[in-house]
Amino acid sequence: MPIVILALRSVANRKATAGLVVFAIGLSVALLLGVERVRTEARASFANTISGTDLVVGARSGALPLLLYSVFRIGNATNNISWKSYRTIARSPGIAWTIPFSLGDSHRGFRVLGTDLGYFEHYRYGRRNRLAFAAGGPFDDVFDAVLGAEVAATLGYRTGDPIVVSHGLGAQGISDHADKPFRVAGILARTGTPVDRTVHVSLEGIEAIHVDWRHGAPIPGLAVSAEAVRGMDLTPKTITAFLVGLESRLAVFGLQRRINEYRAEPLLAILPGVALQELWDLMGTAEAALSAISVFVVATGLLCMMATMLAGLGERRREMAILRSVGARPAHVFGLLIAEALALTVAGIAVGLGIFYAALAIAQPVVSASYGLYLPVAPPTSREFLFLALVVVAGAVSGAIPAWRAYTQSLADGMTART
Amino acid sequence: MIRLADIRFRWRSRDPPVLDIPELVVDRGETLFVKGPSGGGKTTLLNLLGGVVEPEAGTVTILGTEIAGLRGGARDAFRADHIGFVFQMFNLVPYLPLIDNVLLPCRFSARRRERAGARPEIEARRLLAHMGLDAERLAGRPVSRLSQGEQQRVAAARALIGTPELVIADEPTSALDEDVRQAFLSLLMEEVDKAGATLVFVSHDARLEPAFGRSLALAEINRATPER
Ligand SMILES: Nc1ncnc2c1ncn2[C@@H]1O[C@H](COP(=O)(O)OP(=O)(O)OP(=O)(O)O)[C@@H](O)[C@H]1O
Ligand SMILES: [Mg+2]
Repeated sequence: MPIVILALRSVANRKATAGLVVFAIGLSVALLLGVERVRTEARASFANTISGTDLVVGARSGALPLLLYSVFRIGNATNNISWKSYRTIARSPGIAWTIPFSLGDSHRGFRVLGTDLGYFEHYRYGRRNRLAFAAGGPFDDVFDAVLGAEVAATLGYRTGDPIVVSHGLGAQGISDHADKPFRVAGILARTGTPVDRTVHVSLEGIEAIHVDWRHGAPIPGLAVSAEAVRGMDLTPKTITAFLVGLESRLAVFGLQRRINEYRAEPLLAILPGVALQELWDLMGTAEAALSAISVFVVATGLLCMMATMLAGLGERRREMAILRSVGARPAHVFGLLIAEALALTVAGIAVGLGIFYAALAIAQPVVSASYGLYLPVAPPTSREFLFLALVVVAGAVSGAIPAWRAYTQSLADGMTART
Repeated sequence: MIRLADIRFRWRSRDPPVLDIPELVVDRGETLFVKGPSGGGKTTLLNLLGGVVEPEAGTVTILGTEIAGLRGGARDAFRADHIGFVFQMFNLVPYLPLIDNVLLPCRFSARRRERAGARPEIEARRLLAHMGLDAERLAGRPVSRLSQGEQQRVAAARALIGTPELVIADEPTSALDEDVRQAFLSLLMEEVDKAGATLVFVSHDARLEPAFGRSLALAEINRATPER
């Protein structure tokens, strides 16, 4: 097919403009792929954050805040649950296990979660995966801590290292529990969930560092040493939330109702799956907007190509007349421009894939560290391939307009075009 | 070879006719010189002979084929198979290398490719060499860098490759200076003669006239000649 060779030569001959067009399409394709990859991975990791938990229980607020602070470690609880209520509910019939959560402290920007050993046994994420240890084991002592993979990787901790917990979620040093340092007892394997960014300690540990504190500040003149505190009763008075696993899932709605109607204090029980879906729907708008923007950017790239092709037609009239004189049909002229548009689009996609993977390789550790979102540097998915195929089709369609112009132009000019 | 009968042609329906030719016959092997004022319709006539445009009325018969009656695609194919063109200037496709410019008709016509021999490149080089161009020496250069004279000789080689029966030249020498012009014309004539082709050559340069077998003022046969 002579037209394809002509098209490639013609594109190669206009390196500067063709290069710019290819780069513009490449950038837009990279953005499209990037948005798509982040979107699907975010959705997947989102849905994988927690599994196997039937109810999440906290003080009465909204379902979303409860989900956010308990599961995603985002934001704060406004109220706590009394230890007594927790124990009462935990002992109800039909409950297989509970995991208490006590939140509110931090270590160098990472949340500290007070919990018990049930966490390492019952907590599930993704497809019912349980937590595994990369090093060490669960906490054993009041001042033992278990680090999420990301915490250990970012701060370079190993088992045995000492760490100091800060009160509240502010920066280190404002109000430290420096008098009662913890020791790293274990490091969890990576999960791709907020667990990776959590420092886990026992509920007793949380209680211990707060015995000489009240209303968020140390009680003046009452400093209890780390040794002395071991002798004290470290049963917590309150916790922030707890997870519930049932013996039979059928009981979930009954228990949810009973907790929500709990007399002694206002509580809220939510089904994590339902709340996750609600949250995702909330983000769906932003997600759709992002997708729409990336589609528009691709359209802009292709319009840019169309504009340069149209602008070039005037000075190519002579070329078309020559081609007609050696036997090219008007259809060949049409095909030539379509083939050029396709060549530019395909080259743009190749460049776009290059940019996409380069950006992915660079961004992966950063995104993983700051957002806990693991973006695999994997070959394009079938959905991404479909998108690329659609870009090719759109490229051909954009080429059709200049091609049609050239077609009618060459019919009208015959061989008389002079310029 | 060529036979026009009762031709009428206009570019757009609202324009007056450019051509109104009751009859024009050119014999095989003839070299015809066509002269006429600017805007007289000479280039239009060549478009008609090449089957690039269709007459409003009348017949255009070339090599016994009534091309005005062919469908568009068939006319294009007929042109590729049987006719070589040389224009006044800007004859070359700027992004194609020299040799590919010469080989263009072979890309669009299997017949021309066959008639150019087993290796059309070799035939292209032979034609270029005969035109006084060294394809090897000029190969690396973009064709737009060639001088006007060189470009016209490349165009002539392209028109002649695969020995088409009809060679049509539209003022091919008017961008050339005196010596180059004479040299170019004699080379063209020689190749046309060797190939046994028919030549229709348009020019307003009356000095070239004597080299041709027959001379024709378009205004004499064209009743649509605009009043000036
Ligand atoms: N593609 C076209 N579309 C519309 N009108 C055209 C076209 N080509 C030529 N014409 C018109 O047809 C008439 C004849 O033009 P043509 O080019 O055939 O003259 P010419 O004899 O070749 O002139 P010149 O010696 O200047 O080349 C002119 O009035 C011109 O404006
Ligand atoms: Mg003319």
